[in-house]
Amino acid sequence: MTQVDFADTAETSAAPAVAPGVPKMAAQGVNVFYGEKQAIRDVSIDVNMENVTAFIGPSGCGKSTFLRTLNRMNDTVASARVEGLITLDGENIYDKTMDVVQLRARVGMVFQKPNPFPKSIYENVAYGPRIHGLARAKGDMDQIVERSLKRAGLWEEVKDRLQDSGTALSGGQQQRLCIARAIAVDPEVILMDEPCSALDPIATAKIEELIHELRGRYAIVIVTHNMQQAARVSQRTAFFHLGTLIEYGETDQIFTAPRQERTKDYITGRYG
Amino acid sequence: MNLYALLFLVTGLGVIAWLTGRARAARYGAASKHRLHSLPGQHGLYVAMWTVIPALFFVIIWSIFTPNLATEAVLRDPQAFALPAFGYEREAVLNEIRARAAGSEYGFYPAAEQLAPVYLQASRFYSWIGTGIAILLAFACGAFAYTRIRADFRARTRVERTVMLALLVASLIAILTTLGIFLSLLFESLRFFAMVPITDFLFGTTWSPQVIDPADPGATLGAVPLFWGTFFIGAVIAMLVAIPFGLMSAIYLTQYAKPVVRKWMKPMLEILAGVPTVVYGYFAALTVGPAIRDFAVSLGFTYASSESALAAGLVMGVMIIPFVSSMADDSIAAVPSAMRDGSLAMGATSSETIRKVLLPAALPGVVAGVLLAVSRAIGETMIVVMAASGAANITANPFESATTVTKQIVDLLTGEAEFDSPKTLAAFALGLTLFLITFLLNIVALRVVKKYREAYD
Ligand SMILES: Nc1ncnc2c1ncn2[C@@H]1O[C@H](COP(=O)(O)OP(=O)(O)O)[C@@H](O)[C@H]1O
Ligand SMILES: [Mg+2]
Repeated sequence: MTQVDFADTAETSAAPAVAPGVPKMAAQGVNVFYGEKQAIRDVSIDVNMENVTAFIGPSGCGKSTFLRTLNRMNDTVASARVEGLITLDGENIYDKTMDVVQLRARVGMVFQKPNPFPKSIYENVAYGPRIHGLARAKGDMDQIVERSLKRAGLWEEVKDRLQDSGTALSGGQQQRLCIARAIAVDPEVILMDEPCSALDPIATAKIEELIHELRGRYAIVIVTHNMQQAARVSQRTAFFHLGTLIEYGETDQIFTAPRQERTKDYITGRYG
Repeated sequence: MNLYALLFLVTGLGVIAWLTGRARAARYGAASKHRLHSLPGQHGLYVAMWTVIPALFFVIIWSIFTPNLATEAVLRDPQAFALPAFGYEREAVLNEIRARAAGSEYGFYPAAEQLAPVYLQASRFYSWIGTGIAILLAFACGAFAYTRIRADFRARTRVERTVMLALLVASLIAILTTLGIFLSLLFESLRFFAMVPITDFLFGTTWSPQVIDPADPGATLGAVPLFWGTFFIGAVIAMLVAIPFGLMSAIYLTQYAKPVVRKWMKPMLEILAGVPTVVYGYFAALTVGPAIRDFAVSLGFTYASSESALAAGLVMGVMIIPFVSSMADDSIAAVPSAMRDGSLAMGATSSETIRKVLLPAALPGVVAGVLLAVSRAIGETMIVVMAASGAANITANPFESATTVTKQIVDLLTGEAEFDSPKTLAAFALGLTLFLITFLLNIVALRVVKKYREAYD
């Protein structure tokens, strides 16, 4: 076991795990276990504001698991246990003094399947600001809702029917509503777990365009099983395999000149 | 021949039919160029079904009619001419004849002793005829099915159709029974409403069936106090207990309890649901009722009854808790976990998530559960029979006594009144009303559940 670990660590440190610029979030030596089973092995990675970071890798390699350590969503899984250091602006998010509620307001998340609440479009977006007390007056809330929907590129489509149910929208619209919902609490980081895997190509294109627009305002991490998508939307790409981070670097470099054999095999479709 | 022996024989014939049918089909399969449409075993089953089912059907019908036929034979006997013409005594003699024929040694009527052998002989005779016909039928039908076996015969489809028919009959029995109960209630109620105007019954506020004025029976058969008592005990007091506790335990079990705790607590709640209601009745009458009276007296209600509405309602509420809890549990669990994750990922706490996302989403299911719980509570009988009073008050004071529809039905039918008096028939009218209300509640609840399920599929 130590043998394998040693080799993997050596491999990982061969690739530069540190992105240029000030890291927004940084993970060091992270292990995740589900009960006895280890799902993530010694992953170290930085995420910054300037770039969209993509996590790629074959299904079951731990992309979602690792993503969920970044906003402590793994806390909701009874059997999950996280080891290692993960920081947000240099603060350890697994520290006892860290308020998970605050953390999740700062690190928002968009899920694989659009999951709007069975409430009106307005109430969906207002949900976060309301529980965090971001709006003092009714007018404030209207503003927040409008701004978030505009940023999510949904405003023009729904402005006349804000009281309709969020679940009545199309799949792509629902996913943009979920992005608006995440944006509404003004997060610093947005985690997206395969946000387009349930959408058709046109809706996917809209989300990708949206990710471009949001870049720079938020640190964005996107998990995708679609390598073209990673190439289109991200500037940095991390390749995971069997719970380890194999390679992390500029997206162009990963796709054109991967340093690791396994990355190359995956990119060229040898497995996955 | 003995009925059991006959059944055994027919079953045996069925097994033989199965074997021969299977063998014949197998031979066809071997001889024919084409593949058998159905497996040999299915052909065998087909023949066996034809052998057994018509014969069994006949045996059942026949054994229903045999006693009548044998009785007819007895009455044709010259010795029977001396029997009383009609009425109670004649029936008694005939009953004794049957009992003696079945082996009983005791009796009052000498005529019965003389006629019993006649009866016995006749019933033996008819049962031999029945046996003969049954066996013939088994052979004839079996042979018919046997001759139909061909390589391309669709035995499988036929067997399938028979199975479906059997299932249909089984499900019809429950439905027809319900219908029968409803019709008999309706019929007796109509007799009641012929004597008592329906408006008196539904809107009258005086209920005292002990003193019925034959000239105006409706005056003391107004059911409003019973409806009120039922509503007050079953839908108000019991639900005030069952809804909060049931809901909270469901929330705890689905959202907070560790798997180990859940594993222990859920079955224990279910045990609570399995306690016989008579035990709850004891508890209400012997423990809770007196305790509540003492409590009420200490509060200054001097007229407090130990048969208070509160005692019955409280215990009934406890009885319903597991029911509400499991319905709520189901509907909370049916809310996709993506909703919960979505809310938690927004930084909501667990209790915010429950209040603002899970409960609203589960609400229709919870409402349906509560409606079903109400319909159970108002139909609940044992607790109120033991713990509620018979005094038909219209009161909103839980320390006073109140009575319910079910309690009154029991009281009306355990008296010594004739069967066609307004007093007895009132029980049927009450039963019908209760039936209609719970039926309605169930339909509404099912609709709500259905609509709610569609929202997530
Ligand atoms: N809640 C869980 N409980 C136990 N094992 C899990 C759980 N979630 C994921 N896993 C396991 O962890 C591994 C990584 O899963 P995941 O992070 O979902 O992979 P990916 O998102 O890359 O497809 C898989 O082997 C999966 O079976
Ligand atoms: Mg995943």
